[in-house]
Amino acid sequence: MKSIIRNFLPTSYKGNSIKHIRKGVVIVNMKGITKHFPGVIANDHVDFELRAGEVHALLGENGAGKTTLMNILYGLYRPDEGEIYVMNRKVKIRSPKDAIRLGIAMVPQHFKLIESLTVAENIVLSMEKYRFFSHIQDIKRNIEKLSERYGLKVDPDAQVWQLSAGEKQRVEILKALIRNARILILDEPTSVLTPLEKHELFKIIRKMADEGCGIVFITHKLHEVMEVSDRVTVLRKGRRVATLQTSKTNPRQLARLMLGKEVALQLTKRTAKPVSNKTPILEVHNLHVFDDRGTLAVKGVSFKVYAGEIFGIAGVSGNGQRELVEAIMGLRKVEKGNIILMGEDVTNKNPIHLIERGVAFIPEDRLGMGISQDLTILENLILKRYRYTPFSGRIFLNLDYINRWVNKLITEYSIVTPSSRLPAGILSGGNIQRLILARELSSNPKLIVASNPTRGLDVAAINFVRSLFIEQKKKDVAILLVSEDLEELLMLTDRIAVMFEGSFMGILPTSKTNIDEVGLMMAGIKSK
Amino acid sequence: MEHWLVPPLRVAIEAGTPLLLASLGELYAERSGVLNLGIEGMMLMGALTGFIVALTTGNPWLGLLSAIAVGGLMALIHAFTSISLHANQVISGLALSMFGVGLSGLLGKRFVGIPLKTTFSVIPVPFLSKIPILGPILFKHNIIVYISYIVIFVLWFILHKTRIGIIIKAVGENPAAADMAGIDVYKVRYACTIFGGMMAGAAGAYLSLTHIPMWVENMTAGRGWIAVAIVVFATWDPIRTLLGSYLFGSIEALQYWLQQWGIDPSLLGALPYAVTILVLVIVGSSKRLRRTMAAPAALGKPYIREEKVV
Amino acid sequence: MKYNYTFKALGLDFRIKVERRLFSSRFTEAGVSALSIVISLMIAAIVFMSQQIDPLIAYKEIILGAFGSIDGVTYTIVKMIPLLLCGLGLIVAFKANVWNIGAEGQILLGAVVATWIALFQLKTAPCYVSIPVMFFLGFIVGGLWALIPALLKVKFNVNEVLSTLMMNHIASKIVEYLIYGPWKGRTAWGFPQTDLFPENVRIPCIPGTHIHYPTLIIAILSTLIIGIMLSRTKIGYEIRVFGTKPEVARYAGINGTKVILISMLISGGLAGIAGVGEVAGIHYRLRYPWSISSGYGYTAIIVAWLSRLNPIFVIPVSALLGGLLVGGDIIQVTLGLPVNVIHIFNGVILLCLASGEIFLKYKFTVEVKRYGTLVSSPT
Repeated sequence: MKSIIRNFLPTSYKGNSIKHIRKGVVIVNMKGITKHFPGVIANDHVDFELRAGEVHALLGENGAGKTTLMNILYGLYRPDEGEIYVMNRKVKIRSPKDAIRLGIAMVPQHFKLIESLTVAENIVLSMEKYRFFSHIQDIKRNIEKLSERYGLKVDPDAQVWQLSAGEKQRVEILKALIRNARILILDEPTSVLTPLEKHELFKIIRKMADEGCGIVFITHKLHEVMEVSDRVTVLRKGRRVATLQTSKTNPRQLARLMLGKEVALQLTKRTAKPVSNKTPILEVHNLHVFDDRGTLAVKGVSFKVYAGEIFGIAGVSGNGQRELVEAIMGLRKVEKGNIILMGEDVTNKNPIHLIERGVAFIPEDRLGMGISQDLTILENLILKRYRYTPFSGRIFLNLDYINRWVNKLITEYSIVTPSSRLPAGILSGGNIQRLILARELSSNPKLIVASNPTRGLDVAAINFVRSLFIEQKKKDVAILLVSEDLEELLMLTDRIAVMFEGSFMGILPTSKTNIDEVGLMMAGIKSK
Repeated sequence: MEHWLVPPLRVAIEAGTPLLLASLGELYAERSGVLNLGIEGMMLMGALTGFIVALTTGNPWLGLLSAIAVGGLMALIHAFTSISLHANQVISGLALSMFGVGLSGLLGKRFVGIPLKTTFSVIPVPFLSKIPILGPILFKHNIIVYISYIVIFVLWFILHKTRIGIIIKAVGENPAAADMAGIDVYKVRYACTIFGGMMAGAAGAYLSLTHIPMWVENMTAGRGWIAVAIVVFATWDPIRTLLGSYLFGSIEALQYWLQQWGIDPSLLGALPYAVTILVLVIVGSSKRLRRTMAAPAALGKPYIREEKVV
Repeated sequence: MKYNYTFKALGLDFRIKVERRLFSSRFTEAGVSALSIVISLMIAAIVFMSQQIDPLIAYKEIILGAFGSIDGVTYTIVKMIPLLLCGLGLIVAFKANVWNIGAEGQILLGAVVATWIALFQLKTAPCYVSIPVMFFLGFIVGGLWALIPALLKVKFNVNEVLSTLMMNHIASKIVEYLIYGPWKGRTAWGFPQTDLFPENVRIPCIPGTHIHYPTLIIAILSTLIIGIMLSRTKIGYEIRVFGTKPEVARYAGINGTKVILISMLISGGLAGIAGVGEVAGIHYRLRYPWSISSGYGYTAIIVAWLSRLNPIFVIPVSALLGGLLVGGDIIQVTLGLPVNVIHIFNGVILLCLASGEIFLKYKFTVEVKRYGTLVSSPT
């Protein structure tokens, strides 16, 4: 009972017992955390322990469960099973408010700041202690003190929209510091930083750890783990694989743990045939593309894809792949460099231009960009071809022809549905992908751009997709396959490029490489 | 002899006060992200309620308070459907306006044309009203006007100088971020919407208790919609709301006065709306202004905290 | 995604399960519409009872009044015409996800141009010239009035809800200006209205009634045209794709600007035709704005929503709501009830429809446990 009450009391900000914790004492203990989402187990009985004064890296690929685990700690999700102990007290964290009260702060990967307010106002926002008045002057003084102490230079009166990504991150960190957070979660913090800013961030993290904070550092980048962490916990497919002292391990071992030893043994038959040296279908030269936040996401990428070749791009999501794919498809502006499709410069042309020249697009965001759930299956299928004969005349759609064509496609691609007139939203994930493939491939494209095409699908659908790609390859179609699934890439592709922080770490012939090498590159370490 | 400026400006303030109250309430609601198009109905119900209560009890203050309560109650309905049921805020607001117009007309049938004796009469402020020119303009009004002076200052202060104001602004701009910072988005939106309704009720009561001290069907004559326009015109800022309210109020008052100069009142009446559209265009076309003066980014969108979907 | 809300009340354990639906079936949609009407009827009943009137008698009067006699039916059809036209137009706009709240003003502009033709341009022309011209220009001008907010949306990102609302007021003031000013009738005895339209520019009616049948024919034809357009033409397809998912439409090369402009043009144009019909078919003069548009522009929103944005249902729904308006007039006479009851009814229907949307997106299951045994009822 007393512990319950203590959970509800606001933590004092003027230093309490928490501040003077000896280093090494366990401050957070998560036991047996399990979390389900429809169709996937995000966390599978994961244990995680954080000590005061340590920087504890949480390493894994996308989908490994790192962010989910920390979201549970911060109160954004509630675990299906498991217990959490903070300062040896069992706690129930039902919302970020509870987490904040316990001294937990999170610096999210995508900043949660109010753009139109100033830095100081954003910080005041999360300070519960100030009920009514904003005490802006107090805050500003505190900001200046903290800025000096930790080297977090930022102008308290600046409006957030004016700040650079690195500065915005500093605001997020200040929010944590000013609340005297003792447990700090950093979610992929370096994805938006310049090398110099990264260096400064690491200094700040070390300083905070030295003062007794416990810091969780979520990342997929091995060199960062080696550089800044004391311990590292590796997650893979929702399970905790290992927790090691950073000083007692090395990148190779970590990469193995991250990607799974078993996969290395399972290399399936190569279906590659030697790439004929025809002219490339797709050429990308020195491409530079910005992301939504205005930082450079694609930093000078160049490559060629030939007819009949499957060219893979490996890498953890968030290293620029999405922006690269969108730029190629004409959905995002290219700042510098160009894209050449079968000899024609198509840089910054709109998507329909590419569609008309035989490009098919399998987006990774099926529900957001791939289909419209409210429209019928039929209406989704004719999306690319509706404006051409024989699908339509000058004004009218040729519904007879369309119906026949749609039914043919449904059979051909085994889309499971009682009728083509039902809204596409009723389809399962696998069938949605079949719909998209049917739509895109039926126009006999010359180039297929596919992004994580088998993510979230059942086994039958996965095999179907892969066999389709192989079939298309036999028809001399060029395929650009962006995927996080190394297994898949090693199985299907002729060449692999590894994308890390906006550039290619290398382009390798698939038959001449192996999972270790690729895995290391994915995590930022160039071998040799 | 009164300076010639005095009568029109006095009238501008007097006529603009209900607009000020209603638009300030709507401003708070919109700042928190909720669009309330039901003000017209809430004002009418407030006007009727205030009138009936003042008539039966002989106390205009009770009338005012009951009007505030009724406005808040109607706004509660809007809040529930818009915030908790994720209903389309435009439709919900319009529906409540229709409802309010209808209900007030129905219930008010018996009270049409009865003059109210116990109104808020004009109380000149003892010393200040003697100041040349400014005195009679600002300080020779009924007590509600004086209260409105205080109210606008308080509301401005809260919005721009307190943490509560920051919270409201945050909820209207980026509710996800506010949620992450531990703020109860729903509670804030409920509070602001209900506050908006209460102010609309008060504005309505002002009309039936002092401005035109009687009940006439549909007596707000579209003032609720004008209040919505004022909030946009003022680009969601309380001080500019003051300007807008008195401006729109003066147009209403001056329409007939200007007629003698050959300026057609109807076209003049259209001017505020046209200007509001112009303001929307100007703000929308400039990237810089869009940052500082645009509508709250989450205005009209229900906030749904969804857990991750694959 | 499943959420659970549990609470105890009245000695029972309640658990409400909320689950996101994949899609809403026709049944749920019809169910929401039907339930909205039922709830509104109940609330209207309460209002009736508060005025010491038996609600069943009131309903009987409304139904008989609107549909029980030849007279009633003709009046219902008269009210139905503008609702049909505007409702249809709103369906097109809403399908494109453009929130046209400006039908009221677009009606008025149609009325204005009809007056202009009738009184000042073609007053001596034979009716088979002047009337088509009126309809044509009414469509154009109403469409242009809607096009302005559409352009502002496309070019300056101006919220169309606010801009169309403002345009309504401006249109109203324009009419006021005209009827008090330059177009004030010489035979009007100081009333703010224009002169009566001469015979040859009045829309002919079915003898003995006020049903201006040319407008009705246009309305019914429009229903067919719009229905075909939305379901069978390229532009209809583009409107629907853009309205549901603009990102996907962009990928498919659908021009969002074109969709927005065309849908608003059609929406405003149909409302303009309605305005022509009202002023040249019923009033034969331009008068106070509310008398012309009578809130049809807002009631049409209810028509569009109750029809679930489907042109097939517009005709019966607009007849229903038209009948409601007529019924409201009737009970004003027979029962002494003010017409405001209809406003209340409309308001409640709309509110219920708006609140009901959530049931289309989520499935609510209520489980009630007493002493451990389960008694559940899905919604």
